[in-house]
Amino acid sequence: MTTLRKDTPVSPAPPVEGLDARLVVDRGAFRLDVALTAAPGDVVALLGPNGAGKTTALRALAGLVPLTGGHLRLDGTALERTPPEARPVGVVFQDYLLFPHLSALDNVAFGPRCHGASKAQARAVAAAWLDRMGLAAHTGAKPRRLSGGQAQRVALARALAVHPRLLLLDEPLAALDARTRLEVRAQLRRHLAEFEAVAVLVTHDPLDAMVLADRLVVVEEGRVVQEGGPADIARHPRTEYIAQLVGLNLYRGRADGHAVRLDTGPAITTTEILTGPVFVAFPPSAVTLHRDRPTGSSARNLWRCEVAGLETHGDQIRAALTGELPLAADLTTVAAAELDLHPGAAVWATVKAAQTHAYPA
Amino acid sequence: MTPPVKQAAADTLEGGPRRARVRVRVRTGIPLALLLPALLGLAFLLLPLVALLVRAPWHTLPEQLTGAEVWQALRLSLVCATAATAVSLVIGVPLAWLLARTDFPGRGLVRALVTLPLVLPPVVGGVALLLALGRNGVVGQWLDSWFGVTLPFTTAGVVVAETFVAMPFLVISVEGTLRAADPRYEEAATTLGASRFTAFRRVTLPLIAPGIAAGAVLAWARALGEFGATITFAGNFPGRTQTMPLAVYLALQSDPEAAIALSLVLLAVSIAVLAGLRDRWMTAS
Amino acid sequence: MTRTERRTRRAVQVTGAGFAALLALSACSSDDSGGTSAKPDASSSSASPELSGTVTVFAAASLKESFTSLGQEFEKAHPGTKVTFNFGGSDTLAASITGGAPADVFASASPKTMAIVTDAKDNATEPVTFARNQLEIATLPGNPDKVSSLEDLTKSGLKVVLCDKEVPCGAAAQKALEAGSLELTPVSYEQDVKAALTKVELKEADAAVVYKTDVHAAGDKVEGVEFPESADAVNDYPIALLKDAPNAEAAEAFIALVRSADGQKVLTAAGFLQP
Repeated sequence: MTTLRKDTPVSPAPPVEGLDARLVVDRGAFRLDVALTAAPGDVVALLGPNGAGKTTALRALAGLVPLTGGHLRLDGTALERTPPEARPVGVVFQDYLLFPHLSALDNVAFGPRCHGASKAQARAVAAAWLDRMGLAAHTGAKPRRLSGGQAQRVALARALAVHPRLLLLDEPLAALDARTRLEVRAQLRRHLAEFEAVAVLVTHDPLDAMVLADRLVVVEEGRVVQEGGPADIARHPRTEYIAQLVGLNLYRGRADGHAVRLDTGPAITTTEILTGPVFVAFPPSAVTLHRDRPTGSSARNLWRCEVAGLETHGDQIRAALTGELPLAADLTTVAAAELDLHPGAAVWATVKAAQTHAYPA
Repeated sequence: MTPPVKQAAADTLEGGPRRARVRVRVRTGIPLALLLPALLGLAFLLLPLVALLVRAPWHTLPEQLTGAEVWQALRLSLVCATAATAVSLVIGVPLAWLLARTDFPGRGLVRALVTLPLVLPPVVGGVALLLALGRNGVVGQWLDSWFGVTLPFTTAGVVVAETFVAMPFLVISVEGTLRAADPRYEEAATTLGASRFTAFRRVTLPLIAPGIAAGAVLAWARALGEFGATITFAGNFPGRTQTMPLAVYLALQSDPEAAIALSLVLLAVSIAVLAGLRDRWMTAS
Repeated sequence: MTRTERRTRRAVQVTGAGFAALLALSACSSDDSGGTSAKPDASSSSASPELSGTVTVFAAASLKESFTSLGQEFEKAHPGTKVTFNFGGSDTLAASITGGAPADVFASASPKTMAIVTDAKDNATEPVTFARNQLEIATLPGNPDKVSSLEDLTKSGLKVVLCDKEVPCGAAAQKALEAGSLELTPVSYEQDVKAALTKVELKEADAAVVYKTDVHAAGDKVEGVEFPESADAVNDYPIALLKDAPNAEAAEAFIALVRSADGQKVLTAAGFLQP
């Protein structure tokens, strides 16, 4: 069932540090097939919409879901057949799953106890971890007495107390309210930076992913659609989902010099000189709207559109446009009022070539 | 469980929380269509007990209860019911776990079979036990020839009969609790290095303790009142297999007053034990 | 409602069918005096056009086989009648009769349980003994333990079950043991005679002291051993018409059948002794 790669020699070879995995899980109509590699010290974020298979991938790494194919190696050791309790893996679950009948200290001491430490040893280890998390005052508290942020830190301490070689975090900040989130995100970033082995976190929040991770792996419908550094992904989105996450207008077309003929018809002029299939992206703030057709404008990119919807976006108004080219445009409240924008209003949209960005598809 | 209405109403009311709750309850109102059958049901359950108390031979009660046989039977009842509960816990909780947490072919059937003793007339259960574990039974003959153990007519036989009848209550109760409990706690435990058994022992068991306790109480109560399977499988011998229900039944043959007196003792003891246990759990949870 | 209706109907019928009932009674007394005439049969057949409806008979469990066949005989002799039985422990039946259960006839396994009914004045006729039952030892088939007397049961290592002293067969066994000055510690005092017999049938017990009729009914599954002390513990089976009998005249006819030569033949065949 499991297709193991035969390229690892049986004879002792220098162990490959870090994570090397291809996770294949077949579940009826859904198939997850995700390759993941990471070096010790890396923080990888699995980013994707709900139902993309991120959590399944995480559970497969932890051994809670069996692989139907692929491989999983951690620091050179194959783990496909290793039961979860024998994997050097620590997990911070989405709602933490702190054992409600145990104090914070005993929650953290649970792992060391299971790894053979005496009760006193385990508690000493746990106390040190809680102290490190700034929770020395809450060691005796039962989970239901802890705030969301405290519980998150206890969960992190519990996962780290077994010295995992792979730390997994499932939506680590999703259960927190906006205020706590800010604070906990900063703390988590610090703890992850100190963590010497591989950390994989799952999130649907691009901000969490970009703040916490060194590298993003974007998963959609069970497969990796893009991976790279946060800045690279933000600048070069390759799917509609990512473009939306990072707030860019994204189009796919065929370039011939400066002009990119889009698959949907219209053309966009860019500064890059490319040929062949490309992506073109520009931010909504690069779009200028006019009530009448601008005359004498140097903008080569001019499209006739219609306002489909308006919504406030921070201190700006974001207009969703349809027409020759569907796009999102940001403008100030004042500008929106002057243009008398309302759903159904006809507008002209211009984008300077310098503000577009084309890259090979 | 706590509707917002209740909270809002409580907020607007002055005075202690207790007062507020009373007012709310009145305001909410209980539909008559539920209240009447509920009261009827309550009366139906309590009336026979009240009748037992009304017709109890209070003046002869002291002499009825001075006989050593009464206390012997009571002691045996308590010992056997407790032992049967203990046996049910040891083998019933793992069975409940198996039914709730694993998936194997025919699990639905096994579950149905486990509940079979609930619908089986206890006397039939007793006969079935004789056929299985009796001196000449399917398994019993080997117990006899290999270990020299025969269960019928022994106190152990009483425990076996009571366990057979009472354990399904425990299994069903614990299985329900297990199904309601979040299995991901067990997963969390395994990711921390706990084997499945350790996860069960150190995480699941404490989590479902209230359900186990409730199931144990049900099983204990059922075992205490067990008659049919016990008398059929273990027979009736004072001090060895004659539990209270057997003593009550046989006293009823000739001396109804004595039977009522014995019933009162059984009733008093079970109410005391159940009330005592309940209080402890209520404060614990 | 139906009960009062039935009662008024009964009152009408009693006046009409009184003669038949008298005939039946006289037939019984002649039978009592030792005559073995076929008169009851004749009288019941002569009364047959007037008998109808259901006769409800509460009878001791040990009478099940013989009374069931007598009931069929009765229904055959009196078309339009139906005999329904409630077999059970005599004491339980007595308790339900004094508790108001609608029954015509009570056939008990002991005078003591019949006394519960007569003490409550729920009987319409004086109870008469229609059969007697004697104790017997039931052993495993082939009598592997070579039990030949009541004393043999006191041998150690033998698992013996008795009926509880509170039920008739237990009281009788106790009487027999006292008559033989024997002391016997059973493994169990069973709640009724059938339970005691079942323990031997299932080979859980080596022997039981039960009624001859029960040994008879068990067929090959047990072997009966007679013992002399049983003569001191013979059980009388009384039968009586009940006060609130819904169908008194048919009930009388059924009692007559039980006490007739035909009835006695059926009872003797089941292992009962004649009164």
